[in-house]
Order: sequence, then structure tokens, then C-alpha cells
Amino acid sequence: MLGKLDWSAIPFDEPIPLIAALVVFLAAIGVLAWITVKGFWPYLWREWITSVDHKRIGVMYVLLAGLMLLRGFVDAIMMRTQQIAAVHGPGYLPPDHYDQIFSAHGTIMIFFGAMPFMIGLMNFVVPLQLGVRDVAFPTLNSVSFWLTASGALLVNISLVIGEFARTGWLPYAPLSELDYSPGVGVDYYLWAIQISGVGTLMTGVNLVATILKMRAPGMGYLRMPMFCWTSLAANLLIVAAFPILTATLAMLTLDRYLGFHFFTNGAGGNPMMFMNLIWAWGHPEVYILVLPAFGIFSEVFSTFSSKPLFGYRSMVAATLFICIVSFMVWLHHFFTMGAGADVNAAFGIATSIIAVGTGVKVYNWLFTMYGGRIRFDTPMLWAIGFITTFTIGGMTGVLLAVPPADFMLHNSMFLVAHFHNVIIAGVLFGAFAGFTYWFPKAFGFRLHEGWGKAAFWFTLLGFILVFLPLYIVGLQGMTRRLQHIEIDPWVPWLIVAACGILVMIVGAACQITQLVVSIRHRDELRDETGDPWDGRSLEWSTSSPPPSFNFARLPHVGGEEAYWTIKQRRIEMQDSGEEPAYEPIEMPKNSPTGFVAAFFATLVGFALIWHIWWLAIIGLVGAYATFVVFAWRDVADYEVSAEELERIERAGRAAWFKHREELA
Amino acid sequence: MSAVSGALPGAISPGRPDPHRLGHGSGHGHGATGHGEGGPASKFVTVAYGFWIFLLSDIIMFSAFFAAYAVLAKEIAGGPAGRDLFELPRVAIQTGLLLTSSFTCGLGSLASHRRDMVWTQIWLLVTGILGAAFLILEVQEFAGMIEEGAGPSRSAFLSAFFALVGCHGLHVGMGLLWLGTMIAQLWVKGFRADILRRLQCFNLFWHALDIIWIAIFTLVYLLGASP
Amino acid sequence: MRMVLGPCPAATGDYVITTIGTNMKRAGSSGLIILLLGTTELAGCAGGVLDPQGPVGAGNRTILLNSLAVMLVIVIPTIVAALWFAWWFRASNTRAKYDPAFTYSGRIELIVWSIPTLTILFLGGLIYYGSHQLDPRKPLSSTNSPIEVQVVALDWKWLFIYPDQQIASVNELVMPAGTPVRFRLTSASVMNTFFVPQLGSMIYAMNGMESELNLLADKPGVLYGQSAHYSGDGFSDMNFRVRIVPPEAFAQWTAGLRGGGQTLNAGAYRELARQSQDVAPFAFSHVQPGLFDAVVRQFLPPAPGPNEGRGGNPRVHPDPLGPATPADPNAIHERHGGG
Repeated sequence: MLGKLDWSAIPFDEPIPLIAALVVFLAAIGVLAWITVKGFWPYLWREWITSVDHKRIGVMYVLLAGLMLLRGFVDAIMMRTQQIAAVHGPGYLPPDHYDQIFSAHGTIMIFFGAMPFMIGLMNFVVPLQLGVRDVAFPTLNSVSFWLTASGALLVNISLVIGEFARTGWLPYAPLSELDYSPGVGVDYYLWAIQISGVGTLMTGVNLVATILKMRAPGMGYLRMPMFCWTSLAANLLIVAAFPILTATLAMLTLDRYLGFHFFTNGAGGNPMMFMNLIWAWGHPEVYILVLPAFGIFSEVFSTFSSKPLFGYRSMVAATLFICIVSFMVWLHHFFTMGAGADVNAAFGIATSIIAVGTGVKVYNWLFTMYGGRIRFDTPMLWAIGFITTFTIGGMTGVLLAVPPADFMLHNSMFLVAHFHNVIIAGVLFGAFAGFTYWFPKAFGFRLHEGWGKAAFWFTLLGFILVFLPLYIVGLQGMTRRLQHIEIDPWVPWLIVAACGILVMIVGAACQITQLVVSIRHRDELRDETGDPWDGRSLEWSTSSPPPSFNFARLPHVGGEEAYWTIKQRRIEMQDSGEEPAYEPIEMPKNSPTGFVAAFFATLVGFALIWHIWWLAIIGLVGAYATFVVFAWRDVADYEVSAEELERIERAGRAAWFKHREELA
Repeated sequence: MSAVSGALPGAISPGRPDPHRLGHGSGHGHGATGHGEGGPASKFVTVAYGFWIFLLSDIIMFSAFFAAYAVLAKEIAGGPAGRDLFELPRVAIQTGLLLTSSFTCGLGSLASHRRDMVWTQIWLLVTGILGAAFLILEVQEFAGMIEEGAGPSRSAFLSAFFALVGCHGLHVGMGLLWLGTMIAQLWVKGFRADILRRLQCFNLFWHALDIIWIAIFTLVYLLGASP
Repeated sequence: MRMVLGPCPAATGDYVITTIGTNMKRAGSSGLIILLLGTTELAGCAGGVLDPQGPVGAGNRTILLNSLAVMLVIVIPTIVAALWFAWWFRASNTRAKYDPAFTYSGRIELIVWSIPTLTILFLGGLIYYGSHQLDPRKPLSSTNSPIEVQVVALDWKWLFIYPDQQIASVNELVMPAGTPVRFRLTSASVMNTFFVPQLGSMIYAMNGMESELNLLADKPGVLYGQSAHYSGDGFSDMNFRVRIVPPEAFAQWTAGLRGGGQTLNAGAYRELARQSQDVAPFAFSHVQPGLFDAVVRQFLPPAPGPNEGRGGNPRVHPDPLGPATPADPNAIHERHGGG
């Protein structure tokens, strides 16, 4: 009846996961109870869960990402402390648990932390920057989000029911094959990633179609803000790379469920093919994460230097250059496989060529600051922190692209330090910069500056303290994923790294405090103008938070910096604020399709993990029925009348002109 | 049929180019291409464009399966090879069925442009029947191979074969489900703008499956059956 | 710090930065690098990759340091410029000239593209040269004739077979100093990486495949070796002692082993290949000839994995071929499955 599922799936014998799960479970129950008592369910259902508004979906993505970042961070703390607790001893995490921790850490941070954060920001910002009212396919957008949430839920269910993969964040065959991983851990990984991967792919399709086909009048390609360009590049990469992941994981699934021989040791299977396929996705994935972050930094550098982005066209070229070359370098993830000198040299050179694109970007950011009038608000601090530390990470990356150097550093802690150096400094700092930068746009009030700056300094310091020692132990020959430590000279550095993570905990605490303090003091931090940073692109031309339709009248774009041009014109022309004539707008109606489909997807995933075949069939039929119901609906839109538009706009315009006068 | 929808505000009714009118507030953009001059493109263009992008991603997924097949094609592990297993006459019939179904699908599309309900439905039905016949032949082939002991777990070559051809078959199966749903919907709701858009997407999908099948036919069957 | 790290075999501050083709000592400019490597110097003391004990490791290190030097030349000025620009052009600095029109300059764009390009061109040469020079398969030149060691990565220990001496050891690699060693590597089950940090160049060991690596240890000593690729629950104990002895001592060691003790034949190998953790070193006094090739060509089937795991005991065991149990456990020429 329940497939492989029985009481032995619950880790009653392991106190750590059990207690952790219990705490999470009770917290979740508490939140749900609070929502019920306060009577928030109808509001949540109406305004958030069924919302197809790209801004709401973007906010939910970021919320999901924030929660998952915390979960992944807890895993990181456990790894760092285990390694200092387990010097010549077992530590507090047995290998089977420790292996799950580092696998879950990587999986969660990449797929459910970094990805949703970036996708959330793109979702929120791109239509606003393009001057349009929503993404190309609003309901599909909601489906994408809820499928991502479904994948995240499955990964977290594995904490209590069964186990997570013990294979690392990429389940290399043949270790991930049924022969060597008979448990459900790899199955949790496979189905969670497949379900959320479908969501990601649809986001990619959605945003590419949005950017290429839906832009405000006058916004030619070379007038798009830089963030839109990097989003376009990232989403093109999603569309081109995620199908490879889907196919690869499908092959592994077939191996595990139906006895196929894609990557098995026997019957002609080829484990090396797994590495080639997974990295054919995996390397572009790095750029899927970091390109939107580059876009955010471009916006931040330009805004806070009070200058247009330097070398805009050059930046566009560099972005597309990175986008294309990222598909030609995957082999550098396994130089040590023994492919031969010519192959290794070719991929090594191709890899270092990518650095040209990144180098160009770094220099253009430098020259954006040059001649500027720089304001050090929190987003700008993250950006400067990024440019200084990311350069180091990029450099160590190129070092690892030199095959003979990689022969000594591959899979070592040096590698771990390198990719954290680029992902934390690049993606995470970018995410935090974007979060602080666009938060006032999303909610109508700023985040508290003091706590934001504290969060920045602690996170930066902690980050350096954690990863500088890891570079060093890497050079000392320490390999990654060790559950216990036998070599004494590594230990002092590991202790420094563990201290570093304490500092990072303080940073994370500041981050949370910042949010709480800002919400409590939202009236003092209120931004009436919609343009708190003296912004340059169109998202700042509408009110904060923007109305559901974003723009009452579509803006007309007259130059590279759409809103800056409009602002200057308004000031020069002494725009009297005369009201334009409004036309009614039709907006897509809310739909529970995404939520319901993801509910069934979760059922299917869980059922397949535990071989509960009847439940899987029910889930599939349910998902199909959900889409039929959606397709059958007669009313797809609602109308915002001209009077309502006028009423909403009048308040916003009044605030804007008042602000302008105060400045003048 | 469409009387219900016409009465409601904001309903999806025929003849409206862009029911969501996302970004059409200022009168710009009717017939716009989305290249930046006239504002957002029409819903019809956007949907077809988005579906094209999806199809491209689908083709990339197939190319991963093709790559795996190319790597594993020689790994027969002492078991049967392609030339021992493939029956070209059956594959020829399958190819004929699928290509014809693509043609009838196109005819259905033409009929829908004329808003000719009867012929649209007839051609869609014929498309479905041809597709189902294709699928039955494929299932027969698979069943026969598994019975002979040449199932997917026999060798890496057969794994790659079953996965690649089966993935295409799965697409055809999903297409049939989609088609059936759309036939019913078209019957109940009539030529509504959103249904016409989906019909257009289905056409694209069905033709893409043809292209993939041609690749399978040549690279897997013809090359595999040659000595 | 030095106290913590114990005795340091490598003298600090005497790194020679070698550029391609030439062997010129750049005492002046290397000073900066020494300064920057201050921390990593200490790393070298701990027996890491910066303290090589053989020509391969030394070659790897030279390439590493050269690449680092090439990049630091542009990375350091970039970081300094970033901090300087940010500080100088702060809004409160009235001396800084605000120039919002400075958004494009063809000359700067040219420089911006050419600096990284030139660096990468230079580095590309280094990569090409290094990849060929330090190809793991390239035999090492030495006056001594090379010996062969066959390495099998097992769950979770290392098996070293000396085919010419017909002996084998587990979790202990004994190498004659000054003699090139040609390693042939494979794995009994999952992927592993054979890595002795101080000898340089790691390489994958994979089931059903054979990889090759040539190493040489300069002088006697004891080094640390490990698997550098995560391979399952027992991975953390999958390390081995590398004992480098003078050639005479090596001959004595092999002769001493041959005296008597366990034999490694196919049956014993199957037993050994089962999963076990934290195995103390031991040796076999005799090895069945052709054992390594039998593992590579899967005449000896891949080793079994674990039987537990939460939600384990799969209902559907997918492999109808299963691990074959031959009539004669020591036969190694029986084909596994259909393969």
C-alpha cells in the first residue's frame, strides 16, 4: 500500500535530524496556527497564493530563497563545526549523516537558495524595467514558482522521512546508482530537482519571451537596462542548459527505477558520460546564477555613482560573450580524468577566455565609479565588497583552469574556497544588494541602513575568515567532504574557519534584525516618491509599491536611461503635472492553477520516491485535471477602469512633484 | 457555444487580438512586433514565440538523449545489436503515419483559419488516429523486443535506444492527450482566441515531433540496421 | 604559528619564479609574491602541494605560481583601483570632479578589452605548455628504470599491486626513491582519485577503465596519500601512507614479503572488495597474475555496494544479470554478465 514507506523511514535513532525536524515542524505549525487565528487565510489565498502578479511571485520567490538560504546555512555551520569536532575522532555527525548534510547544503544553496533568489528578483524587476504590466505568461509564472516550492518541500521532507542523497550535490554515477546508493536519498534528489527544474525551465521561457517580445514603446534592445540584458542572457542559458539536466537526471532515474544501463558499471554503461552531461548543464548554471547578479551590480554602481553605466555596449557584448563561451568549458570540472594534454589544454584555454568577459565587466564598473558622486548606501557597499573579493575568486578560478595546477587542487578545499568565493561574493552579495535596492520598490519603505551596513560588514568579514583558511588548507592538500580530520597542520586553519562562520552567523542575524526593525519602523522609513535612490530605469517611475498594473500609461522610452530622461525632461520642461487621459486596462485574473498543480506534483514526487504507484497515478491525473480546468475557464481577465486609474495615479503624481520641489 | 463567454466582462471572445492587453494601455502596440518601436507584441505572437522557445529547449533535451545514444550505440554487452532487432518495414510505416498526421494537422489548422468547425474537428481527429496508430506500432515493437530478452536492461545500447525512442513516444502520447482535450474544448467553446492560440502551439509541437522522428529514423534505425 | 605546524622542511623565501622557456631569477619582483604567499608558505610546511617531493609536484607548483604571478599583475592594481575610485569619488569629497558625461571612451574600451585578453593569451601559452609538459601519461626521465604499480581503489581502501614483484599491499604504498613509478589505476566500484599531495598530479580511478600516472619521489620519507574524490561513507578513512625508501630498502621490503603470508587471488580479491572502513595497512605475499587486468576488463565484476540505507532494500533490483557467482571463485577469465 505505501510502497517502501514504513516506520523505519523516520530516524528515531538519530537525535540531531529528529530534533531539527521537530523544531521546524513545530515552527511551521505555529505559523500556520497564527495565520488561522488572525484569519489571514482568505487574504493569503486571494492576494498571494493564487496571485499571478509578477511582483507578488517575485516576492514569494525571494521569501522561499531566504528560508532555504537559512536552511543551507545551518548545514554549513554543522559542516564547519563537525570538522573541528572530529579531529582524530568521530565528531558529532556520523558519516551517513554528514554526507547528507554536505549534499543537502550544495543542493539547497544552488537550486533553492541562489536560483529562486535570482529568479525572484528577475521576476519582480524585469517587467518594471521594461515598462510593461506583467510577464508574457502570468499564470505559467505562478506554476513555475509553486513547482520550485514543491521541490524545496521535497528536499526538506527528506530530513524527517527517509534520507537525503549521500552523493554530493551532483550525484556522480556510479555512486548514485542503485548498487551503491540503495536508499531513497538519491530519489529525493532526483524528483525534487526534476520538479523544480520544470519550473525553472518555464521561467526561462517566460522571461525570454517577455524580454524579447514585450517592451514599452521605444525600448529597443540597446535601450534596455543592463539588468534586463543579463536576465536575458541568464534565461537563454536556462532554456539551453536545463533540458540537459532534465535529460541527464531522467537517465539516472531510468537506471535506478527500470534497470537501464546509462551510467552503471556493468553492461556497457558509461559513468564518465554522466560527468560530461551534468557539467554541460553545470557550467552554464554558474553563469545563470552570476549573470543576473552582474546586472544588479551594474544597476547599483550606476545609480549610486549618479552616473550612467560606463561602456554600456561593451557590457552587453561581454554578457553575450560569457553566455556563449560558458557552453564550451565544461571539461575543466574533470581535468584529472586523464583526457590527454590536447583536450585539457583546449578546455583550459577556453575557460580562461571566459575571464576576459568578466574582466571587461569589472573594468567598466570601475570606470562607472570614476567621475561619479558615490553614495555609500547598503547596496553600494555590497557592490564594492563584491568587486574586491570576487576578483580574487575569479583569479583562483583561472588558476584552477590551468590543468597542471588543477592536478594538485582539484576537489581540494582550495576548490571549495574558490567556488564559495565566486558564489558568495558574486551571487549572494548580488542578491543582497538587489534585495536592499529594490525592497523599497516592493513594499514602499526602505530597509534600515544601520542594520544593513552591520550585516554587510559582518558577512564580509566572516566570509573572508571562513574561506581564506580554506584556500590554505587546500594548498596543504586537504580534500573536500572529509567527515573527520587526521592531519594536525590543517586543524588551526579549520578553527579559524569555524570562528569565521560565527561572524557570518552574526551577519545573518543582523540581516534578519534589519528586516524586523524595518517593518516595525516602516512609517519612518516610508518612501512616498517611488524613487528613493534617484534611480535611472523605469521601475522607479511608478509608485512604491507599484499598482497591480505597474503603469497606468505605458512610458515612452526616449534613450538608454529611460526614467532618467523622463525625469530630466520633466524638470527642464517645468512639467505642470497635467493629467493625461487614461484608458481602462485589462489584467490577468488570479488563478490557483500553480498552487494546485504543485500540490499534485509534490504528491507524484513523494509517491515515486517511495514507490507508491497508485498515489503517483492519482497525482498525475490530478495535475492533468488542473490544467484542463484552467484551459476551460471563460473569464481570464479583469478590468481596471479609467476612473480607478486616475484615482490611483493622482496620489502618486502629487507625491512625486512634491518631492521634486523639495529637491529643487 | 460562445454565448456564455460573450456575456461576461473580460471574457475571452473571438476576434480580440490580445485579451490580456498587457501593456496596451496607450494605444500603441497593436500589431507591434516587440522589437522596441511599437511596444509589446500581440498575445498571439508572444504565445507562439514562447512556445517556439520551449520547443527549442525540448529539442536540446532530445539532443542529450541523442548524444547518449551516440556514446552507447556500440555498447551491446554481448547482446543483440540494431541490425538484429530493427524491422525497417515497420519503421517505414510508422514514419508514413507520423508524416501524414503532420499533414492532416496542417489541414486542420487551415480549416480553423476558415473557422470551419466540422473540417477542423475531422482533421484533428484524423491526426489523432494516425498518431495513435504510430504509438501502437511502437508499443508493439517495444513489447516484442522485451519478450525476446532485448529489453532496456540488456545492454547500454538498448537502454539508450529505449530511452530515446521512448521519449519521443512519450511526447506523441502527451500530444494525443493534449489533442483529445483540445478537440473536446473546441467542440464546447468554439473558436475562442485562446483555443486558437493553443491550436497553433499544438501544430508547432506536432511538426517538431516529426523533425525529431526523422532524426531518429535516420540516425537510429537506418544507421543501426545497416551492417 | 610555526610551532603549531611543527618542523618545516621547506626553507621559506627561496622560491624561484620560473617563466616559460627561461630560467631567470627575479629576486626583486618575487619579493611581492613571497609577501602575498606568506600564508601559503606556511601551507607548504605542512606537507602540502607547495612543498613538493618530486619533479611532477615541483612542475605543478611552478605552473601554479607562475600563473598566479601573471594574474596578480593585473588583479592587485584592479582591486586597489576599485577601492581608490570608490573612496576618492565619494559624494562628500568636494575635490573630486563630478563628470556624469564620462560614459564612453573608445580608448578605454580598447584597454579594457585588451588587458584581460593579453593576460589570457600569456596564460594560454602557459596552459598549453603546462598541459603537455605535465601530462600524467608522460614517462619521466631518470637514470633508474621505472617500476610499475597497479592501483585499485576499493570501498574504502587502496590496493597497490606490484606486478613485477608479484606482491601487493593495502593502504600503504612503498616507493623506491629516485625511481620513476608508472601507476596504472582502476576502481573496483565507484570513482576515486589517487592523490599524494607532495608528489603532485592526481588522477581518477574508475571501474572498467584504466588511467595512467607517472610519479617520482626524490628522497626517502613518509608522505600522506588520499582519495581526493568523495566515494561514500568510508571516504574519510580512505587515505594511505606513502613510504619512500632507498632502492635497496625497497628490494629488501619486497623480498621480505615474499617469504610467506596471504595470497591475493580472485577469491581473496572479492572478499577484499567488500565495503570496509578504516583498514590498517597490510600486505599480500603473492598476487595471482593478471588480477589487475581482470578488474579493468570486468572479468572480475564490480564490487557490491551497501545493503542498508534508510528506505533501502529496493523492491525492484534492476539488474537481472546480478553479480555473477562463478563455480570457481578464483577464475578470472569468466565474462561478467553479457559484457
